[in-house]
Amino acid sequence: MKITLGLDSTSLTRRYPRLAILATLFMAFALPLGLYLAALAIFPFNTPERIDAMAREWFGYDLAGSPYRYLVYTGFLLLVAFIAVNYAAVFGGASTWVERRVAGRMQSRIGPNRTGAAGFLAWVADAVKMVLKEDTIPASADNLLFRAAPYFSMVGLLLPFVVLPLGQGTVVTDMNVGVFYLAATSAFVVVGILVSGWASNSKWALFGGIRGAAQVLSYEIPAGIALMVPVLMAGTLSMQGIVRAQGGAPWEWFVFQNPAAFIAFFISVTSSLAEGNRTPFDLPEAESELVAGYHAEYSGFRLAIFLMVEWANMWIMAGLAVTMFLGGWQIPFVTAEMYQHALGSGLVPSPLWFGLQLASMLVFIIKTWALVFTFIWLRWTLPRVRVDQMMSLCWKYLVPGAFLCFIVTLLWQLLVPPMGMKITGVVFSLFALGLLVKFLIDTRRNIDRVKGDRVDLSNW
Amino acid sequence: MAEYTQMETLGGLAPHSAPATPPATPSLRSASPNPPAKVRVEQSSPLPTRVREYFGNITDVVKTFWEGLSVTLSYMIRRPITVQYPDRTEKRVADMLPSRYRGLLEVDMAVCTGCMACERACPIAVIKMATDKDPTNPKQRVITQFDIDESKCMFCGLCVEPCPTGAIQHTREFESTMKSIDSLIYRWVPDPENPVPFYRPVKGQDAPRAPVGEILKKRLAGTSWIARPNIFPGPKGKD
Repeated sequence: MKITLGLDSTSLTRRYPRLAILATLFMAFALPLGLYLAALAIFPFNTPERIDAMAREWFGYDLAGSPYRYLVYTGFLLLVAFIAVNYAAVFGGASTWVERRVAGRMQSRIGPNRTGAAGFLAWVADAVKMVLKEDTIPASADNLLFRAAPYFSMVGLLLPFVVLPLGQGTVVTDMNVGVFYLAATSAFVVVGILVSGWASNSKWALFGGIRGAAQVLSYEIPAGIALMVPVLMAGTLSMQGIVRAQGGAPWEWFVFQNPAAFIAFFISVTSSLAEGNRTPFDLPEAESELVAGYHAEYSGFRLAIFLMVEWANMWIMAGLAVTMFLGGWQIPFVTAEMYQHALGSGLVPSPLWFGLQLASMLVFIIKTWALVFTFIWLRWTLPRVRVDQMMSLCWKYLVPGAFLCFIVTLLWQLLVPPMGMKITGVVFSLFALGLLVKFLIDTRRNIDRVKGDRVDLSNW
Repeated sequence: MAEYTQMETLGGLAPHSAPATPPATPSLRSASPNPPAKVRVEQSSPLPTRVREYFGNITDVVKTFWEGLSVTLSYMIRRPITVQYPDRTEKRVADMLPSRYRGLLEVDMAVCTGCMACERACPIAVIKMATDKDPTNPKQRVITQFDIDESKCMFCGLCVEPCPTGAIQHTREFESTMKSIDSLIYRWVPDPENPVPFYRPVKGQDAPRAPVGEILKKRLAGTSWIARPNIFPGPKGKD
């Protein structure tokens, strides 16, 4: 929010400090909340039958027999798409701020803290700057492909939003092949990477694109097989079905239900990190080797799209892992009957239902942000792997591991009675809790090792 | 890591490996710059080395992740060491610098003897001085010009050393940004029509030099960074 007024270089926010805080609160809370509420208002009711019923009930109009019905349905779909695109953009932007602040503190620095309260508006400033920049196209680039490439990536980012359940009823559509659809569409990002690498007509970009293709295609295999583990446990490919097969409490999550799923969770997260080109697998855009890799020649708005895809992909990656392994939106001790009861049979559900929906969305958001934080944390902990290390990790460790998990899960589902699964769930979640405590103790010890250092969250 | 050595010994794709020339003697092998990574050798283990290496790598990954993540997390909850310049320090940064810091030059005209030793000492002609007789009192000489071009100054301190009274000194001030580079010519005699008389040192007494930095601080506080430069009225208008 640096709006300069004339020559005296006073900015609006410096004159009115409260304005900065208000703008930050709006961007950080009101805007996402508005998007979530819009999603809650539209997503559950976005079926032809519902829309027909609403038109009949409220406007007395028989939409089902009208020639314009598809126009109305398309309008609703466009609204859904609008919400998803905006959500991806806002999440992508906000996560860059989180990433920079977390990275800063992990490196004993502060990070952006001046634009808006706590520097939160830095991402808005960055986005505005990017959009205002000139969109250069190299003279020898393949013009059409160069301009089209960012949209391939963007499509790969936005299509998974269709099946990713935000809450109990808040999902665009609950496909019966949800997992398959998600794996297929999220791989579309690599088309954009490859096309941009090729069309740039630059060595660095081409290397980046080829590395991206090799990496994403290799990691599709362990990712796909690891995702089969929860599918086997739930007996369905539908995302909502998989969440419904789990429960709200940690011992009802798939990740703790059997040892193979526990390993499959890590395989799945590692593979999705590689597919999302996050460090330690950011080979396609390795700054120190390839300048910026596949987007080395991009600037302005198109670069902004690539970066948005890269960061917003974290939501897809984390959301997928949460849905498949960590219980999704399930609130502890709230059963499916309670949702059904609150839904009622009227056209508009009761306020209780909306409250439950919001609570389930909140659960999902908290879990997803925790995982997103872990991705950021990993990025600032690990160095980049080499190409051969990346390949050997995939083919020597993750692929056999994923197959092993697959087979063990098959046998587990056949041989272990439900009671045994419950016991495993409790034992494994206690084990995970123990690990967490041990980890925090180790972290504490790391601080105590340096004389004079202590836990101190000041200096913002 | 074990993997890495293996590739290297196979003459493989390891990036910075020299051409795989076998060492001349076994004794050289151990002194080679890239000794083979230690494989946890448990002679009693019935498993083949390859298998041990494979699972060793997995435990390595788990251990190093654990260690690395706990280190970075521990740094996240410590206080960043960054000092937030310029507006969130306890004191002005210029006041926190060591006293012998060589910042912008300052001249106390009240104790300047007009000897021009500083002008002669300056290796890059940053200082420009002019003296004249006082028309009203022929015995009194006056300084009509004392310009220091801070944009050229390299802060070597050679002008400070020959000064007999300590009139010219480095201060700890360093924030001198100006919109016009001409504004960085600090004119210690602002008006040639209003010259400053030479100071006559008194034997056995130190010159009453004002505290270092006070004059410059006042001067900087009184100047806006977008102020018009004080163009010296001379034949060329400048310098």
